[in-house]
Amino acid sequence: MVMELTHLEKRLLNDFQRDLPLSQRPYADMAEQLGVSEQEVIDTLERLRERGVVSRVGAVFRPHSVGVSTLAAMAVPEAELERVAEAITAYPHVNHNYEREHEYNLWFVVTAKDESELCGVLEDMERSTGLSVLALPLLEDYHIDLGFDLQWT
Amino acid sequence: MDMSAFREHLRQIRSRVGFLEDTDLALIGAIEKGLPLSPRPYAEVAAGLGISEQEVLRRLAALRNRGVIKRLGVVVRHRELGYRANAMVVWDVPDDTVGELGRCFSGYDFVTLCYRRPRQLPQWPYNLFCMIHGKTRDEVQARIAQLVQECGLESVQHQVLFSRRRFKQCGARYHGVTTCPALADAREADYAT
Repeated sequence: MVMELTHLEKRLLNDFQRDLPLSQRPYADMAEQLGVSEQEVIDTLERLRERGVVSRVGAVFRPHSVGVSTLAAMAVPEAELERVAEAITAYPHVNHNYEREHEYNLWFVVTAKDESELCGVLEDMERSTGLSVLALPLLEDYHIDLGFDLQWT
Repeated sequence: MDMSAFREHLRQIRSRVGFLEDTDLALIGAIEKGLPLSPRPYAEVAAGLGISEQEVLRRLAALRNRGVIKRLGVVVRHRELGYRANAMVVWDVPDDTVGELGRCFSGYDFVTLCYRRPRQLPQWPYNLFCMIHGKTRDEVQARIAQLVQECGLESVQHQVLFSRRRFKQCGARYHGVTTCPALADAREADYAT
């Protein structure tokens, strides 16, 4: 399934992942670069958001700048995977939860306001599922986030 | 799991993050779900916080310069744009070369995250993680082969964990409860953690 996108949509998606203008009217500045009106930029972004192509126009924060978080994994027996995944997803502290092809087949990210809350949530997960959690906190970030070149073809 | 080792890791990480003023924290809370799509987005955020638009702009610029904000802009959902293959690749790298390799990986634009994490022996020997997105599995595999060759990793153990089902995905929320919906309506954001 390939999504149909207009030229303006493609440019908005690809060219402004990183340097949203820090000016009083950022969308007007973008519009000027694109040769369209401010309202067109705003309406197009709004539509892309409604279609689910854009998650938000905003900031990507460095992990651990605010709050604490960790990547975590569980090795879940296949027959229990859906039930356990649902139980993990139900925690408000979980913001990603994926099945991956590995013995450790459930991977999720747990975020909390501080260390004790985070440890408490992980312990609670172990108790409620009866499975142990592999916690893999980030120690160093090598990635400079330049956005992602969408390579329209 | 071993909570004492985990707590020690968290302490190490947090000691490297600088101090944030209360106003910065409030500002982060106000924009974490996105900026308003209206002509004066920063003025709207400012009004909600009871500070001036100029102060919002100044603080955001400072947070960006310090690296607290990694980027400010349009956050796209890769899957919805046809980048459906996503693999977490994990490597067991000697500790004294992990930094060098992490920086080598970061030079490739198809590597969308690259982190060092602690090993958890004996179950988990891998200490370098990267995320690779592609339109197909073959494309992702080809990119991994390219990394192996160009970063000199022929003798390094690695595993490729393709994603299967997405049970939940949304941006990290630090202030209280996440509001992202699960499953079909899951909201993608960054892969920030």
